[in-house]
Amino acid sequence: MKDHMVYASNMESIESNIMDKVLARTKEYDPSIYDESDVKKAIGTDRPAFEDYKALLSPAAESLLEEIAARAKKETRRYFGNSVSIFTPLYISNHCDNHCTYCGFSRNNDIVRGKLSRDEMEDEFKAISETGLEEILILTGESRTESGVEYIGDSVKTAKKYFSTIGVEVYPMNIDEYRYLNGCGADFVSVYQETYDPDMYAKYHPKGPKRVYPYRFNAQERAIIGGMRGVSFGSLLGLGDFRKDAFSTGIHAHLVQQKYPHAEISFSVPRMRPHNNDNGEIHNNVRERQLLQVLLAYRIFMPFASINISSRERSAFRDNIIGLAANKISAGVKVGVGGHNKEEKGDEQFVISDPRDVSEVHTMILQRGLQPVYTDYIRMM
Amino acid sequence: MADELSIGGRRFNSRFILGSGKFSLEFMRRVIDNGGAEMVTLALRRANAGKENILDHIPKDITLLPNTSGARNAQEAVRIARLARDLGCGDFVKIEVINDSKYLLPDNQETIKAIEILSKEGFIVMPYMYPDLIAARRMADAGAAAIMPLGAPIGSNKGLLTRDFIKILVDEVDLPIIVDAGIGRPSQACEAMEMGVSAVMANTAIATSNDIAMMSKAFKLAIEAGRKAYLAGLGRVLEKEAEASSPLTGFLEDRS
Repeated sequence: MKDHMVYASNMESIESNIMDKVLARTKEYDPSIYDESDVKKAIGTDRPAFEDYKALLSPAAESLLEEIAARAKKETRRYFGNSVSIFTPLYISNHCDNHCTYCGFSRNNDIVRGKLSRDEMEDEFKAISETGLEEILILTGESRTESGVEYIGDSVKTAKKYFSTIGVEVYPMNIDEYRYLNGCGADFVSVYQETYDPDMYAKYHPKGPKRVYPYRFNAQERAIIGGMRGVSFGSLLGLGDFRKDAFSTGIHAHLVQQKYPHAEISFSVPRMRPHNNDNGEIHNNVRERQLLQVLLAYRIFMPFASINISSRERSAFRDNIIGLAANKISAGVKVGVGGHNKEEKGDEQFVISDPRDVSEVHTMILQRGLQPVYTDYIRMM
Repeated sequence: MADELSIGGRRFNSRFILGSGKFSLEFMRRVIDNGGAEMVTLALRRANAGKENILDHIPKDITLLPNTSGARNAQEAVRIARLARDLGCGDFVKIEVINDSKYLLPDNQETIKAIEILSKEGFIVMPYMYPDLIAARRMADAGAAAIMPLGAPIGSNKGLLTRDFIKILVDEVDLPIIVDAGIGRPSQACEAMEMGVSAVMANTAIATSNDIAMMSKAFKLAIEAGRKAYLAGLGRVLEKEAEASSPLTGFLEDRS
């Protein structure tokens, strides 16, 4: 098997020591050494340091979840007031060259593959835009042959006609490719490291371009250098030690923000859920209580960051997370290919737990005394 | 004579400017009415989209103060300001240039550049700024109609952390000085007004209170109280050491 820490020849390498710092700090992190007094100190401190963040993610914090939640809610209110942003993801292709052993889109999985033509995309965007949404996240599987950079660029250009805010959650790219997509109208990039533990990462990604750990790790930096305004971070909780993965995610985001202070920082907090390739191999140890702990820790450690809550979670959980830790929620979610205008063209990546449409989510936000926000962004290009 | 606030030739009876970014829109009118605000800020990046338009929630007789939040440099601020005017938000604009996603501190240098451009285009420009005298003077020279120094980081509710530096602006810059961010309590708004600032802006402190209409009223009263105290002239305030009861210059004799 290929060395997962070595770049392939077509992958751009940038000057950065952030990965080494994150790996070194994570190595030092032993969640078991913290006790309740460390957690209480973390809850009470004005500006949480790394040690506080470690304590908030430790097992000792679980018994103080209520107090942690109170602090997190205060921060969420302070930075976002009553606002809750609404967006939706759109999968335009599920072709994939990767072999992620935990993913429904994995290359060797026997699923229906599909991708949207330009006309089909336009119909999808139109249908989504008619629901009132102004922000869209465009997703693909990782296939440079089936969903090349130009194909993604075309979809962004089309989306620009309908949406004020466009993000892409696609495979990691080189700087000039990010610059190209930025020029097409995309301003936000999501890349999730899945697990920050290099050994586990190698195990879950035996083949395909995604196997290269550092290229994926440095994607946010390349995106910012390429002109993107915001980048999103996340681990797929449950793949590795979720406490350590959440710690690495936060430190990664913290160091990128320090190096590029203008960049807007977001977190997504997915955990392992049943999916098309599910053979029960991955022990899912992240329960709602632990998921909430991670969400709260992100909010307290980086109170200014945007946090969105996945439709993988059940609706009652999501409803309670907004205003508490999350400030952003998806609505009208389809995780197959297309599906907003016509029937889905390809199979789904995972199972969603919250099928509510935009108006239902809108009503729920108002009922919770919060304010749905459809746009919070003016595109400059 | 009425104690009016004049900004760019427009006159206001209220010295309470309401920030709208963190509210539920349904409360907007009650907050404006209870606070007696005549000027309300508006984040353009939030306006004119989605199912609810914030403009529909702001009474027509209120002066809109669109802000350029989201701008990272002068050029972007100028673009957003022009967009605001095109959308019918009027000539007032609050320049916000923020290049730091963590602390949301304003970039004074880029702000000065934006003021130069926009004031020439007839905008009534009110810059949000870090309270620095030199920058404030340059903003005045560039054509600013008021100066809006931060009291503390946005949303921090920490009050007048920059008190001494804002006082310098009040003493030295011949424009309305409006404390823009950080005011968390009515008492802090009152203190700012006692110091001689011309107006106070608040948003988070009201939006996150349990009874936002009542808190809005509390701010109105505090701002009025502080203003009256300033106009009356604060009485003798005892410093740490009591003043000497016998004169220090009593030994002088009137001879040459």
